[in-house]
Amino acid sequence: MVETIADGEFCPSGQTTAQDLARLEAGSDVDASALIPYVQTRLGGNSSIDLMISGAHCAGCMAKIERGISEMPKVKLARMNLSTMRLNVQWDGPPEMAADIVKKLEALGYGAKPFNMELEPLEQKKELRGLLSALAVAGFATMNVMLLSIGIWDGREMSPLMQQVLHWLSAIIAVPAALYAGQPFFRSALSALKNGHANMDVPISLAVFLALALSLWQTVEGVGHTYFDAAVMLLFLLLIGRYLDHRLRLKTGESAQRLAAMQATNATLVQEDGTLTTVPATMIKAGDTLLIAAGERVPVDAEVIQGRSQVDTSIATGETLPAQAAPGEKLYSGMINLTAPLTVKALAVSSDSFLSEISRLVEAGEQKKGRFVRIADKAARLYVPLVHSLAALTFIGWMLIGGGVSTAAINAISVLIITCPCALGLAVPAVQIVASGRLFKQGVLIKSGDALERLAKVDTIVFDKTGTLTLGSLKLINRDEIPQDMLELAARLTRGSRHPVARAITLAAGRGAVADSVKEIPGEGLEAVIDGEAVKFGKASFVGLDGEKDAQTESWLKVGDKPPVRFVFKDEPRMDAVETVRQLKAQNYRIELLTGDREHVARETAELLGIDHWQAGISPKQKLERLDELAREGHKTLMIGDGINDAPALAAAYASASPAGAADVSRAAADIILQGDRLSGLVTALSTAKTAQKRVIENFSMAVIYNMFAVPLAVFGLVNPLIAAVAMSGSSLLVTLNALRLRRG
Amino acid sequence: MTALYYLIPIALFLGLIGLILFFWTVKSGQYEDLEGDAARILYSEDKPIVDEEEE
Repeated sequence: MVETIADGEFCPSGQTTAQDLARLEAGSDVDASALIPYVQTRLGGNSSIDLMISGAHCAGCMAKIERGISEMPKVKLARMNLSTMRLNVQWDGPPEMAADIVKKLEALGYGAKPFNMELEPLEQKKELRGLLSALAVAGFATMNVMLLSIGIWDGREMSPLMQQVLHWLSAIIAVPAALYAGQPFFRSALSALKNGHANMDVPISLAVFLALALSLWQTVEGVGHTYFDAAVMLLFLLLIGRYLDHRLRLKTGESAQRLAAMQATNATLVQEDGTLTTVPATMIKAGDTLLIAAGERVPVDAEVIQGRSQVDTSIATGETLPAQAAPGEKLYSGMINLTAPLTVKALAVSSDSFLSEISRLVEAGEQKKGRFVRIADKAARLYVPLVHSLAALTFIGWMLIGGGVSTAAINAISVLIITCPCALGLAVPAVQIVASGRLFKQGVLIKSGDALERLAKVDTIVFDKTGTLTLGSLKLINRDEIPQDMLELAARLTRGSRHPVARAITLAAGRGAVADSVKEIPGEGLEAVIDGEAVKFGKASFVGLDGEKDAQTESWLKVGDKPPVRFVFKDEPRMDAVETVRQLKAQNYRIELLTGDREHVARETAELLGIDHWQAGISPKQKLERLDELAREGHKTLMIGDGINDAPALAAAYASASPAGAADVSRAAADIILQGDRLSGLVTALSTAKTAQKRVIENFSMAVIYNMFAVPLAVFGLVNPLIAAVAMSGSSLLVTLNALRLRRG
Repeated sequence: MTALYYLIPIALFLGLIGLILFFWTVKSGQYEDLEGDAARILYSEDKPIVDEEEE
C-alpha cells in the first residue's frame, strides 16, 4: 500500500507517514478482544462499530472499502464518511466479528483503528447545525424583506395603506428572524459584558436591537424610515463568516483527533492465572502486570520486573540510540520496546504518569498563551468606546441645536447602525478561513485563528532534532564500502529484529532470507550460525574489537575468523530539512536547535543544516528556560518539536508546530501540525500567515475608510435605509473579495 | 395593486416551505460528509424502482 505522492500533490485526507508505512509493514495480528470494548450491541444480536480508516485518499478508496465490507456475510451496512475518514459497519452477529472486518480492511490495503464515540465533538457539531439553521433563517428573511423594501422605495404611486402593509409585513418577517438568527451574537456579547469587556458582538447586537426597535416604532407611528432589511442583512453576512469559521475549526479538530486515534494504544494484561488479555491503555490500573512485546509502545509508566531489552527512549529524551532496560528500570509511557519482550508492573494509570507532569507544564504554558489578544478584539476595544461616544455626542449635539428628543435619538441610533462593524466582523474571519483552508490543502493544520496571527509575528524559530529535523530513524551511510555479500549476510541476521540499527540494515538490503535461530543479545548484537560459520553483528566489543569510538554510530559484522566489516549509521535529516532551514534563514529568521541528544550528534546535524545556534543534552525544563530567555530578549519564538519532552516548550512558545508523527501531548500543545514527512509546510505556513496579516490590516483600513464616509452622514441625519443597505453590503463584499485574493497569492 | 394581497402571502408560504425543508436536511445530517456523498452517487448501484421480489 505504498502510494507515491507526486511533489506538491499532497492529499491531506490520507496518511502515508513513516509511521503508517512501518505499521503496515510490521503487519498486525488483529485481536478481537481489543476491538470488543468499542462495539455497540443492540438487542437482537445487531452489532456496530466505528472505525478510523488510514490510507484512504479519495472516493475510489471509499467505494472499494464500502463494497469490500458490504460483501462480507452478515454485514448489513458499511458506510464511510470521506470527510472524517470514519467507517460505520453494522452487522447481524457477535461482536467478535469486528476482528474479521479489520482483517478484511487490511487485506484491502487500509489500516483501521476503533473510534471512541466519546471523543465525538457533539457539542461543536450541534453548534454548527445551529449556525447553519440561523444562516438559513437570516437568508430567507433578508431576501424577502429586501424585496419588500425595494417595493417601498420604488412604489411612488403606492397608496399609503399599501406602504403601511409592506412595513408591517417586513416587521413580521424580520423581528422573529433576527431574534432567532442573532442568538449566537447576543449570547457572545452577553458573556463578554458579564466578564467586563467588550467584543465585536456587543456593537453588533446593539445595532441589531436598536435597528429593530427604531423600525418598529416608526412602523407603529407610520412615519420615517425602517431598517428591517439592514438588521437581517447584517446578521446574514456575519453568519456566513461565523459558519465557515466554525466548520473549519471542527474540520481541523477532527483531523487532529484522527491522527491521535490512529495511535491509540492497547496493552497486554497478564492476569493472575497467567492468561493474557488485550485491553485499551486507558483501562490499566497501577500495579497491573503487563507484557510488552518487542515493537510495542509502553502504554503507561512502568517498572521492568522481568526480561532484558532495548528501548527507544527518543520520545522522552530525544536520543536516537536505544537505551537498556533491565529489571528495576523505569519506563515512561510512549517509549517503544525494541528487541525482547518485557514483563512490567504499571506504576501509574495513564492519566497519572510522566505524561501528567508534562501535561501540567503544557497547561501552564497554554494559560500564558490565553493572554494573547486577537487583533479583532484589539480593534473592538478601540472601536466600541469610540463609536458609542460618537453616538452620544450626536444625541447631545442635536439636543443642543434644538432638534428635539426624537430627532436626536433617531440620529444617534442611525450612527450606531451605520457604524455597526459588519465589515470589521468579517475582516478577520474571512481572511483566516481562506488562509487556513489554503494551508489545509497543503497538509498544514492550523488549530485556531489566533495561531495564524501569532505565526505572522514570529522572528525566531527553535527546532528540536530527533523526529523533527531528522526522521528519528537510523540509515546506513557507508553502503558503498560494504561488499554486497556481507550486507546480505548482515541482513539475514537483522531481518527479524526491531532494533533501529537492524532496521537500517534491513532497509538497505531489502527483502530476503532470514537466518535460523538468530540470538539477540540486548545491548550487544545478534549472532547465528550461517552455512556452518559463526556470524556476529553488533558493537565493536561484541565482535572482539576494543575501543568504542562514539564519533559515529557504528556496528561491525564478523564472519568466522575473518576481519570484521564496519557499518556506519546516521539519523538522517528529513528530505527537505536542509532546504527548509535555508529558506527560513533567507527570510531572516533566527534559527536555533535545542536537543536532548548528545553533543557530537547535535553538532553534526547543526553543521549539515547550517544552523549556527545549537545546544545539546537539554532537558525539557532547560528547553523551557531557553524559550523564556528568548522571550525576555524580546524575541517571538516558534517552537517545532515532536517528543513528549518538547510538549512544555511547545505550549510555552509564542507559537508552535509539530510533525504529524509527534506524541499526542505535543500535537495537542502545538498550534499547527505538519502532515506528511516534510517540513516545507512550515515555510508556507509562515508566509501565508504574513500575507493573511497584511490582508487583515487592509480589511481594517477599508472598514475605517467606509466609516469616514458613512459616519458624517449619520451624524447629520442624512442616512436613509438605502444608504445603510448599500454601504453595509458593499463594504462586506469588498472585505470578502480582498480575503479571497489570498487563494492565489 | 390588490394582487399583492394574495401574491405576497403565496410567495412567503413557498419560501417557508423551502426553509422548513432546509431545516430537515440539516437535521438529517445531509451536510456532514459533502465530499463522500458527492462521490457516492457516481458508483452506488441503483436499486430497482419496483422491488423485483414483489413482482
